[in-house]
Amino acid sequence: MTPAAPSRRTRLAAKAWRVWALIRKESRQVFRDPSSFAIGVVLPLMLILLFGYAMSLDVKHVPVAVVIDEPSSEASEIAASFQLSPYFEAHLTSSMAAAQALMVSEKVDGIVRVPADFARRAAQGDASVQILVHGVDGNRARIIEVYAEAAVAQAGARRAAEGAGDAATGGQAVVENQLWFNSANDSRYFLVPGLIVLIITLIGAFMTSMVVAREWERGTFEALFVTPVRTDEILIGKIVPYFVLGMGGLVLCMLSAKFLFDVPFQGSILTLTGVSMLYLLVSVATGLLISSSLKSQFLASQVTLVATFMPALMLSGFIYNLRSVPLVVRLISYVVPARYYVSLLQTLFLAGDVWSVILPNAAILAAVAVLLLALTRRATRKSLG
Amino acid sequence: MNAPVVVGRGLRKRFKQGKSDTIDALAGVSLEVAAEGVSALVGPDGAGKTTLIRMIAGLMTVEGGELTVLGVDVAKDPQGVQDRIGYMPQRFGLYEDLTVQENLDLYADLHGVSAADRRKKYPRLMEMTALGPFTRRLAGRLSGGMKQKLGLACALVRSPGLLLLDEPTVGVDPLSRRELWEIIGALVSDEGVPVLISTSYLDEAERCAHVVVMHKGAVLAQGPPDDVAARAAGRTFTIAPPDGEAPRKLQARLLGDPAVTDASPDSGRVRIVRSAEPADAALAGLVLEAVPVRFEDAFMILQQAADAEGSKAQAEPAAAMKLERPIDRARDEVVVEVKGLVKRFGAFTAVDQIDFEVRRGEIFGLLGPNGAGKTTTFRMLCGLLTATSGTLEVAGADLRRSRAQARRRLGYVAQKFSLYGQLTVAENLDFFAAAYGLAGAARRSRIDWAMDEFALRPMAGVLGGQLPGGFKQRLAMAAALLHEPDILFLDEATSGADPVARREFWRRITALADQGVTVIVTTHFMAEAEYCDRIAILDSGRVLAQGPPAEIRAHGVTKTNPEPTMDDAFIAVIEQARPAAPREKAA
Amino acid sequence: MWDSLNRIVALIRKELLAVLKDARTRNMLLLQPVIQCLIFGYAATLDLNNVPYAAFDRDRSAASSALLAKLDGSGAFHRIANLTQADQMSSLIDNQRVLLVIQIGPDFQRQLSAGQDAAVQVIADGRNSTTAGTALGYIGAAVESFNADWRGDHGLPPPPVQLTPRAWFNPNLETRWNLVPALVGTITMMSTLMLAALSVAREREEGTFDQLLVAPYSPTEIMIGKAIPAMMIGVVQATNALLVSQLWFRIPFAGSYVTLYIGLILFLLAAVGIGLFVSSIAATMQQGMLFAFVVMMPFALLSGLTTPISSMPAIIQDLTLINPLRYAIDLVHRVYLEGVGLGQLWPDLWPMAIIAAATLSAAAWMFRNRIE
Repeated sequence: MTPAAPSRRTRLAAKAWRVWALIRKESRQVFRDPSSFAIGVVLPLMLILLFGYAMSLDVKHVPVAVVIDEPSSEASEIAASFQLSPYFEAHLTSSMAAAQALMVSEKVDGIVRVPADFARRAAQGDASVQILVHGVDGNRARIIEVYAEAAVAQAGARRAAEGAGDAATGGQAVVENQLWFNSANDSRYFLVPGLIVLIITLIGAFMTSMVVAREWERGTFEALFVTPVRTDEILIGKIVPYFVLGMGGLVLCMLSAKFLFDVPFQGSILTLTGVSMLYLLVSVATGLLISSSLKSQFLASQVTLVATFMPALMLSGFIYNLRSVPLVVRLISYVVPARYYVSLLQTLFLAGDVWSVILPNAAILAAVAVLLLALTRRATRKSLG
Repeated sequence: MNAPVVVGRGLRKRFKQGKSDTIDALAGVSLEVAAEGVSALVGPDGAGKTTLIRMIAGLMTVEGGELTVLGVDVAKDPQGVQDRIGYMPQRFGLYEDLTVQENLDLYADLHGVSAADRRKKYPRLMEMTALGPFTRRLAGRLSGGMKQKLGLACALVRSPGLLLLDEPTVGVDPLSRRELWEIIGALVSDEGVPVLISTSYLDEAERCAHVVVMHKGAVLAQGPPDDVAARAAGRTFTIAPPDGEAPRKLQARLLGDPAVTDASPDSGRVRIVRSAEPADAALAGLVLEAVPVRFEDAFMILQQAADAEGSKAQAEPAAAMKLERPIDRARDEVVVEVKGLVKRFGAFTAVDQIDFEVRRGEIFGLLGPNGAGKTTTFRMLCGLLTATSGTLEVAGADLRRSRAQARRRLGYVAQKFSLYGQLTVAENLDFFAAAYGLAGAARRSRIDWAMDEFALRPMAGVLGGQLPGGFKQRLAMAAALLHEPDILFLDEATSGADPVARREFWRRITALADQGVTVIVTTHFMAEAEYCDRIAILDSGRVLAQGPPAEIRAHGVTKTNPEPTMDDAFIAVIEQARPAAPREKAA
Repeated sequence: MWDSLNRIVALIRKELLAVLKDARTRNMLLLQPVIQCLIFGYAATLDLNNVPYAAFDRDRSAASSALLAKLDGSGAFHRIANLTQADQMSSLIDNQRVLLVIQIGPDFQRQLSAGQDAAVQVIADGRNSTTAGTALGYIGAAVESFNADWRGDHGLPPPPVQLTPRAWFNPNLETRWNLVPALVGTITMMSTLMLAALSVAREREEGTFDQLLVAPYSPTEIMIGKAIPAMMIGVVQATNALLVSQLWFRIPFAGSYVTLYIGLILFLLAAVGIGLFVSSIAATMQQGMLFAFVVMMPFALLSGLTTPISSMPAIIQDLTLINPLRYAIDLVHRVYLEGVGLGQLWPDLWPMAIIAAATLSAAAWMFRNRIE
């Protein structure tokens, strides 16, 4: 029964054949299993819709109550400035008490109060307008203050242009802003590319880890091991289908970015594909490593979520700026592969092929991928105990 | 005479159990598997059969001793072994999301079977396994017996140098078992592939060329079955019970006697293996008829001897169980009544017009091949499923709609032993006691009773999930009896148990039945059908035969076989009822 | 009646034992809130610190230095380069070495002294527009401060109109104060949902579910027996998160604990209902976990935790009306940060009560009918 020692070429051919058989089996399983459908299709679609349509970090149309203690033309000008501003939805309110009630019930996020002696003091060049913001969302409050500042300054500038009042206006520094790469100042422009990270992490790490643990639990590995199949063939057979799926997820995101959300893409598709493949490899290798070590579907999925998805969401710079976090957290973020990918994506989408950003980040991803694959290879053995 | 395909010397393997204990799965096993014929590893759960087979397959590291398979040292080159052998694990190794054909193709691809060889092999495999019409069906949708045959086919996709089968016949009805053995037999004779098979069915061991008897990680005996069986020579007899006494009563009496190593009901008589000690009073007055030795007899002797070296407590069979709260209802009352019962799942009719009755104190057996509808019927009786039509009453109520009161009269032991793996033995008992409404002093006393009766006290703090198989069975039974039900449902409660444990189990059951508890069982061990007062054989959702064991056995009488065993009778009944077309019904 | 209660208590006890004895679930349950609070508390900040910037000061005057000093002194900015040529700007921004570049023209001081407005150009990297926007806000404040000083030093009158801002409840406008209390609701929901979703699935996998059904338990009793342990653990989770928030992050608690816990319990009822509903559909623990995750995701993202509900399109805002987490987060904010009493919480309480009633009845129906 022992075959004669086969030639190198036949051995390679046999190897390729076995890998192909495994890939085919894996692909069939993916398409026929409802949880694959849930993670590979339902979740990405849900994420795309949520992030693209529902989540917005832009501050616009902020409802504010405008209270004028004593009507005057100057006070009306202030009120008009708020009403005209695209950032506000101003509601003229009769009294401070009413305005406060509105704020407490969260119908407005701020109160603009023009005090009683406004007109008189404006003539003297000494007027002030009060703004009360609801501080619970601190960031939003700060931005509201900035916009309010602008609205008030505009009112002042209009008065000066009309020559009203004889307050000597001294010179002052005036800020002119230019926003590079995102002149529309639309948060979707960076949220939607960030989606790609999440979706690839889900497909690459989460799905893969579940699948391998499932084979351990169901005992199908046992029979598989007692065949001429080698460990690296098993690994390749697992990596390839999820790799392809991940790239499919990428295409889905790109299409929705372009056609649904009009997010511009300045870089080259080739670079995008290249770096995405690197990150995908990292994700898949992570998923495999976790499930080879844990062998329980339940535990593997928990750990993968905590180790890949959460960091991709929180510690990758996708939403929250990594420079502002405490040092410890920043150090931790250097170990999160998603961080480098987010940097690459944001640059590719909004700035273009900036090689000084792309090359270092891509190199790191490549190194991590190689390391993880090597570790996975070591952790996977054709043995039950 | 070729060299043996497997040679093992002094093999050892140790596993961790719980936090600090270790268990010796293999404690110095030496064996040789011949290059011809079928060899069997026989022994109960926990004997070490699976560990040994996995070691031979290169799936487990060899911790002590040497092991060579087909000339390859397994410890050094497991891949070399895996390149050459065929293997079917206990869980079949099938991919449930792939079709029959896809599973076969996968293994063929992985083994590098050429297209030409496949053209030759596939038709043969399909014919042997009768899976031809089902090639496009998902493996997950096959019945248990079909899955096993598919698993076997996948292991046979090419002609291996050695075929390893890990308990391929477990949990499968006699018909499917016979079919599987026919395939194995054909294989051995046609292609000369040596086969090593592990099994806990002792009658299967008799058909093999060579057996290795294992128990708790050690080899008790090995050699051709006849040689091993010879140990019981001159000690086997059957006894016809004195007038009016049911065989099982006599058997229960004799089992506890030190003069008898083993007793079991057999074809209306009681078959015993006399112990080596001189006869004593228990056997006086009984007519003993010598019978030829069976492999099982030798096995019982070996196991008793091995156990006796272990704890003394285990060697003593349990004292007869006494109910604390005797049942005092009319003996002949009909307790379970089923009329015209039908259950449909969509277009598939699982149960098709079934009628039967069970009276108080009877032991009633529901038998049938896989997919016959007995589990479905059982579940309907327990109140777990609603019937599509027909009536069923248990203790005068339809359990599906019953209040808690009615359910308290019921006890249930499931095949999986439904125990909470995370809870200790004591906590499990506590929970079930409370679930059935026992409180305070009553609860404590019943739990004490259960701990003593089933010898669970030394294991009280062990987690359910870590109990050895025999203890799980005992705990499950204890939990079912805490509230002293008067109707007991047992769903294959003895599968996988060793013969001694099974005897013990049936001893308890018969004691309960004698005191008025009604027992309904399903089982695959036809020999256990002998303990029943009446049995019903189901197939394809219909009752094919119903009556006391003697009557059923009569169905199997043929010219060549005037005294059939229950197994024979069962197969005869099924085959008579089935048309010549596809042998197994799809699940 | 008593029997029923005893049975349910036994089931609750068993559930708690099963969950707490498994070291893995135990660790997951006790550590998760702590870890998540820490990560969210420290990583999820929209505040800016240490923003690197480059200055292109073409004036090199006292005035321009004073302006730049304002930026450096604010704590939010960190100057890493003084540029000398215009073409240095783009490479620094492109490579993300700086978030912004400030360009002060050569006539800055002269214009100011002449009573004219002098422009300061700020070029910001918009790849994360939120961060850029916040940075611009900080710059605006710094420039205002410079202007006030300048006016003061030069005896100029203040601008015709000044804005005086004040913030309610969060005087320093720290993001963390928004997020960490909100986490109390989020973490609680995740744990409760997950536990409830797994409880029935685990029994089905182990095979013990049949045993429960054959025993005197009715489907409703089983449901109650599983809902209560999940809720109990949920309360513990919430308390853990609360402790981290108060003791570690020192975010002051302004309200009443009783009010908070009453609101939380109502919220837990709603969450448990959803979890049990999921559980009755899932056949294995794995499926249970997956469904719980898929369900939890939109709930968490559309709750106002990370992005405000008022920024969402109208249709989506309407959708969030059935999201119990939305009300829970609002409730926790109000009680924790604002110290609101039970009476004023009504707009948050009654929707949660309705959702709880709906989900629990749906779960009960599923239990009774899908038990087969």
